Amino acid sequence: MQDLNLLANDNRGQHQLESGGNLAGWHEVTQGSILPSFEGDATNIAHMKAEERTYSNHNSYTATVASWRVKKPVFNIDVCIDCQNCWVWCPDSSILSRDKQMLGIDYDHCKGCEVCVEVCPTNPKSLLMFSEYTPLDEALSQWPEKKKKEEK
Amino acid sequence: MAEKYDLQEREVWDGNFAASQALRQAQIDVVAAYPITPSTPIVENYGSYVANGYVDGEFVMVESEHAAMSGCVGASAAGGRVATATSSQGFALMAEVLYQASGMRLPIVLNVVNRALASPLNVRGDHADMYLGRDSGWIQLDAFNAQEAYDMALCAFRIGENHAVRLPVMVHQDGFITSHTAQNVYPLSDEVAYNFVGDFKPVDDMLDFSKPVTYGAQTEEDWHFEHKARQHKALMDSRPIIDEVFADFEKVSGRKYNRVESYDMEDAEVAIVALGTTVETARVAAKELRAEEGIKAGVVAIRCFRPFPFDLVRDSLENVKAVAVLDRSSPGGAMGAFFNEVSAALYTTPNRPLVTNFIYGLGGRDFSISEAKRIFKEQKAHADAGYITTDIQQFSGLRGPHLGFFKTKRG
Repeated sequence: MQDLNLLANDNRGQHQLESGGNLAGWHEVTQGSILPSFEGDATNIAHMKAEERTYSNHNSYTATVASWRVKKPVFNIDVCIDCQNCWVWCPDSSILSRDKQMLGIDYDHCKGCEVCVEVCPTNPKSLLMFSEYTPLDEALSQWPEKKKKEEK
Repeated sequence: MAEKYDLQEREVWDGNFAASQALRQAQIDVVAAYPITPSTPIVENYGSYVANGYVDGEFVMVESEHAAMSGCVGASAAGGRVATATSSQGFALMAEVLYQASGMRLPIVLNVVNRALASPLNVRGDHADMYLGRDSGWIQLDAFNAQEAYDMALCAFRIGENHAVRLPVMVHQDGFITSHTAQNVYPLSDEVAYNFVGDFKPVDDMLDFSKPVTYGAQTEEDWHFEHKARQHKALMDSRPIIDEVFADFEKVSGRKYNRVESYDMEDAEVAIVALGTTVETARVAAKELRAEEGIKAGVVAIRCFRPFPFDLVRDSLENVKAVAVLDRSSPGGAMGAFFNEVSAALYTTPNRPLVTNFIYGLGGRDFSISEAKRIFKEQKAHADAGYITTDIQQFSGLRGPHLGFFKTKRG
């Protein structure tokens, strides 16, 4: 089952998108609503892993932005062959993978589009959609068997 | 390095050529443009400067005006000095992106050669496109002749690129009457002009890889209002900086500009308030009326249409008795927009002069000195009667029966 504290040392999905409460006034907002992506000097940051980068609070990386997801992909590590197809196709960079090992889903950014399930080539699939409210262990307990080849 | 361009102390240029020369001297990084009458020669001339080595920057040909302004937004966000030109339908197609440019605080310079908006199709000058831009968050400067089209284009870079301003700037000139009429123009030397404009100093540029930034963020009801308020404040706060730039420009050129220009206003009893080439026509009429009939006529002209000089308009007009505000744009079911703004300013003065509205010159209809005199005399009649003796809104220079709307309730 996916460890929900994957890459727990980084600042991914730390805060809710702010609304109400103690927000900045007109005199404090940035000029042109231009938002810096990182704290400090970001030279060569492209070569660093995401969890090592100093994403700023203006970057959606540090925010939870998946509140409108109604179905979630669940990852079954026992079936996965680490082909990285889901990582390539995910439109929101929400497949967590390190050293070509599939680790799981970034539930703070995944919008539930189901593309990863569609492109998964294993039998049975290693990614399947479940209701947002289905616990991961319950979802994994319902995993289908390998489909037999059809009789000719 | 760019090739040297030989200039005389006095050149004979039309407004388009003058504007294109100012763009050349500013050494712009990117011009993204789509030509449209009557502004075509600005970008056409600029393209020839690029092709002949007089400019080091890029000229990007695009498929529409929407793309032209989009290219300017991208290049400006990337961190370059950027300008383009357009008119009328092209301006209308740019409209969406104008708001993007000002909201992102990108100091793009747009030369607008004013032309009527279709339908019916018309290529001649009126101020319909200029008015379309009035809520877009751009600074709008108005040139009344070719010399000013050149001077305002140079000032536009200095104003918009000032780090306390960081706003896009339009420089308006009247289609054909200014853009295609050759006049004496006294250009600055390339060196003086460039030193006046100065090197471009980027802010939050996307090509600074040490500090990546997001442009065009989404802000809903919890943030949008604060950002728009800050943008409006920046526009209002640009007023003293525009004054400073005009003062600095006088030092290098000897030509003094003001956000509101006043002519023969010291003792004026009646006034015309106007934009564009009409200003010079009204000035001649005022001078002649003073000599011929002793009518104390004066002219107030708006050099800086946005930010609207509410206080300066009030200062320049509060002691006259009757004012005619001339709108060269079809008002679309309201009083002229310019009339409304001048009236609002004058409403806060003790004397509250009598203000009437003339819709005139649409689609390039000529505005003559004799018509300006007739309007002055009508103001004199209002002043003598102590109330507005005609309809408050009238059409000037229109064929057919009299067309006018609304009577005064004063007097």
